[in-house]
Amino acid sequence: MEFSELIRTGQAQAELLRGPEMPPLRGTLCVTGHHLLLSPGPQATPDLWLLLLRSVDSIEKRVAGDAGTITLRCKDLRVLQLDIEGVEATLDIARSIEALSSLESVITSFPFFYRPKGLRLGEAWHFHPPERYYKRIARETWSSPLPVPQTRAWRLSEANEDFSLCPSYPRAVIVPRAVDDDALARSARFRQGGRFPVLSYYHAPRGTVLLRSSQPLTGRQKLRCAEDEELLRAVLAEARPGARGFIVDTRSAQAAKQARMTGGGTEAKAAYPGWKRLHRPLERGRPLQESFVRLMEACGDPEQSMDRWLSRLDGCRWLSHVKEALSTACLAAQGMEWEGACILVHGAEGTDSTLLVTSLAQLILDPLSRTMAGFQELIEREWIQAGHPFQLRCAHSAFSHTRPKHEAPIFLLFLDCVWQLGRQFPLSLEFGEGMLLALFDHSYASPFGTFLCNSEKERPVSALDPST
Amino acid sequence: MEHIRTTKVEQVKLLDRFSTSNKSLTGTLYLTATHLLFIDSHQKETWILHHHIALVEKLALTTSGCPLVIQCKNFRTVHFIVPRERDCHDIYNSLLQLSKQAKYEDLYAFSYNPKQNDSERLRGWQLVDLAEEYKRMGVPNSNWQLSDANRDYKICETYPRELYVPRIASKPIIVGSSKFRSKGRFPVLSYYHQNKEAAICRCSQPLSGFSARCLEDEHLLQAISKANPANRYMYVMDTRPRHRMQSWWATQKDIGRIILNAMANRAAGKGYENEDNYSNIRFQFVGIENIHVMRSSLQKLLEVNGTKGLSVSDFYSGLENAGWLRHIKAVMDAAIFLAKAIMVENASVLVHCSDGWDRTSQVCSLGSLLLDPYYRTIRGFMVLIEKDWISFGHKYSERCGHLDGDPKEVSPVFTQFLECVWHLTEQFPQAFEFNEAFLLQIHEHIHSCQFGNFIGNCQKEREELKLKEKTYSLWPFLLDDQEKYVNPLYSSTSQKPAVLEPNTVAFHFKFWRNMYHQFDRTLHPRQSVFNIIMNMNEQNKQLQKDVKDLESQIKQHKNKQTDGVLTKELLNSVRPESPALKTSLCLKEQTLLPVNDALRTIEGSNPADNRYSEYADEFSKAEPAVVSSEYGVARMTC
Repeated sequence: MEFSELIRTGQAQAELLRGPEMPPLRGTLCVTGHHLLLSPGPQATPDLWLLLLRSVDSIEKRVAGDAGTITLRCKDLRVLQLDIEGVEATLDIARSIEALSSLESVITSFPFFYRPKGLRLGEAWHFHPPERYYKRIARETWSSPLPVPQTRAWRLSEANEDFSLCPSYPRAVIVPRAVDDDALARSARFRQGGRFPVLSYYHAPRGTVLLRSSQPLTGRQKLRCAEDEELLRAVLAEARPGARGFIVDTRSAQAAKQARMTGGGTEAKAAYPGWKRLHRPLERGRPLQESFVRLMEACGDPEQSMDRWLSRLDGCRWLSHVKEALSTACLAAQGMEWEGACILVHGAEGTDSTLLVTSLAQLILDPLSRTMAGFQELIEREWIQAGHPFQLRCAHSAFSHTRPKHEAPIFLLFLDCVWQLGRQFPLSLEFGEGMLLALFDHSYASPFGTFLCNSEKERPVSALDPST
Repeated sequence: MEHIRTTKVEQVKLLDRFSTSNKSLTGTLYLTATHLLFIDSHQKETWILHHHIALVEKLALTTSGCPLVIQCKNFRTVHFIVPRERDCHDIYNSLLQLSKQAKYEDLYAFSYNPKQNDSERLRGWQLVDLAEEYKRMGVPNSNWQLSDANRDYKICETYPRELYVPRIASKPIIVGSSKFRSKGRFPVLSYYHQNKEAAICRCSQPLSGFSARCLEDEHLLQAISKANPANRYMYVMDTRPRHRMQSWWATQKDIGRIILNAMANRAAGKGYENEDNYSNIRFQFVGIENIHVMRSSLQKLLEVNGTKGLSVSDFYSGLENAGWLRHIKAVMDAAIFLAKAIMVENASVLVHCSDGWDRTSQVCSLGSLLLDPYYRTIRGFMVLIEKDWISFGHKYSERCGHLDGDPKEVSPVFTQFLECVWHLTEQFPQAFEFNEAFLLQIHEHIHSCQFGNFIGNCQKEREELKLKEKTYSLWPFLLDDQEKYVNPLYSSTSQKPAVLEPNTVAFHFKFWRNMYHQFDRTLHPRQSVFNIIMNMNEQNKQLQKDVKDLESQIKQHKNKQTDGVLTKELLNSVRPESPALKTSLCLKEQTLLPVNDALRTIEGSNPADNRYSEYADEFSKAEPAVVSSEYGVARMTC
């Protein structure tokens, strides 16, 4: 497919208004395959302004007289206004932007064309393979002061080498040593999407672990799976004789029961001795997206009164979501640190709020993950490799007019939670607000391929690492 | 003393206000003539001044004892459980008596003795000199002069003796105008902007009634307007909400229609300037609510934040219903309007509300704070409070409820002003020389009655009480502890735009946790960037001192050496000198390196920069790996 088919008018005279605090910029507007360029005239400073087309969230055009106005609302929550001379040009440019900003195919997206100077392709990929994390755990278990059965309790399993067990897991996952690959395969069949319980974080000071999975497919008949039960028992046995475990379900008890109708469900108490189930309902999916949209509407109105702002802030419930997420993560962290219990986190699919809770709990427990490199590793491991469907969740931001289907700002919620932690513990995070903002921008639209695709399986298919 | 029946109660429990697990400390409660003292088992002391106590409540008896809840004016709330009911009753009664004094002479300030002699005390009172301050502003000058009309408080009892008025306003005009204004508070100068030649003036509402007009008052306003050569017109800001004034007018007119004229005239008599009678004047209404609205608003706010286990949405809806932040925004908007009128339009502004000592003080002082960098220093802020609040007769004793008086006169007007300043410090972290602790300390002392500054309602009353002879001034004590109140980020040079232009979009206003939860330790972040910066400053100073010491040592050595050279020629005995010199040189180089380093980070004066260097220590320290969970909703900010 050629981009030129979609570009109707290459150039036009335009003026850009970038909000009240910056002066307007005048110049020639250019539409290219991936960018919107505005180059000011030769007499002005060579201040080239450009915008990645993928980050355009919604577009509004208005024509008055022989000039038109395009309002672009970007995914990084910028609002830009372009005044363009000529009605025809306005309409053409608007149409081109619309077409180009909503390209479906991953292959044609900009990261496949982006070649920054000084970086070679494929070089910086796999900074943090699972193997490396396994090595760290192995080291920690070896040096752990706890008694002998503790050590070497975990192994790196390559049962998912060809993504046959679970399409959304990475190739290698960390599981208890006592469970072999066949048992894993059967356990995977018992869990939705094949996401069987795997190790997410090993808390060395207490020898406890954080696991994540998806919901068990108990269904209406209350099915059981011996291997799955065996797996969880092995976890407890290896942590400490007589250790307890908590299963944190991120749905309400009601919702978990309802899930039985569609084949899902929760672990039965009798089948998993030593595990206790806790329900901590976290909002996900569409309510979260709507909450985000409402928040942005509230923020976008500068003229509102104090009371209106507070009631809108309250009404969008975004901060309630933040608080719920943080307190659930704290619950998990406290369970591991103070009660010496193992924690298994799962929701329905185990790709959204589950990851939110496990990654926040690690941030709370592990000083290493609060460093710059550690945080990058955490995101790589807990979000990208663990199969958070970025492509689906971050397709549109708050300004989009299309009906949200899979979009949900769950990653943004995570970043907001981290920011709140940073506010309370200003000296504990090595990175600043800027890092979080940059991650947010890049997760929605980026010249880099890090946040493209939905899972580890899809990435080699579109050949991400050799070409972005 | 006669009120105290029990001086000591043992085995008293202090409950944590927000902990869900009902944690408590056990200790001993002491009652002294001035303080309530609680010492817990860790020997930690909690002092509560009797004057700070706003409310004592005895709750129903429980199995563990008799609960006693004390709410303080500095927003501390303590919850004791006294094992025996009789003790509890005694303490309750004593506190009731002690917290509400009937006479000024019983206040703490008259018995407080910080071991200063009389000359030191006098110097303390002379620390803030308002005549000096007016001189700094550039008055008297060709347009403004000092008026002796109120020399003996004859014209207005609530104004200070020294007042500045336009030079062309003669004494009969002033006297006539004061008769036309409520409580005789005629228009006087509050702040003079030297560059723009524009002035902020203040007064009370005119007693205009229906059609009454006062030529002298009109002349005085003309004079103020003419005293500003740069602009023909001036603003009159009425800080009351317009709809209230209009409804007030409407009722006045109705009365007038129904009742006989003479009756109506007696009933009427207050209002705002009739626009037809004053030429070249623009009227502006800004809606700041009255003291009663403010009092109930704060009451609601405190109810909300005192709730245990508050959910996010309850917090926000409570905050909204209280309307406190809305009032803060209104005050701020008024001050911004004032500053803009002077800076952009060069126009003089006359501010008034009803009596001209609450809302007018707020707006005038905040406006001057925005305009003049001097008031953003520690000393300047003291001057500002002394000028716009104390001398112009803000009724501290009534507003803070120092004495057992009318509860309807109590209102957090000054607290509101401090909160506005705090919001400014949040928006302009580099513009203020003082920090949050300074504001909190001032707030503490307007209620404490420990110093004489805030006792009484006006200057005349203060002189009658002989405060300057019997009590001490707060300001020298604050200046002595100056390093506690210094904002490390303050830079006087970065103030290129001397006028602050704050943004009043709604989300810039947030709940002031450190004010309303100052004493609830569990709600605060456990790491403080501020402390780190202060420590680094301290370290830096120490290192610089070391460098100086070493440099002077080197000089000494060099001198000795040159001496030695001289003597060597004579005595050949320089050798023992050199090793010592060498070591000191090495020492110098070693210490210099970290100094340079520290200097660079400080000059960046950016907390984010400094922070990174701390991380190495932070993580190598045995920091508790768990950042455990306290979710006070108050901490959620957006």
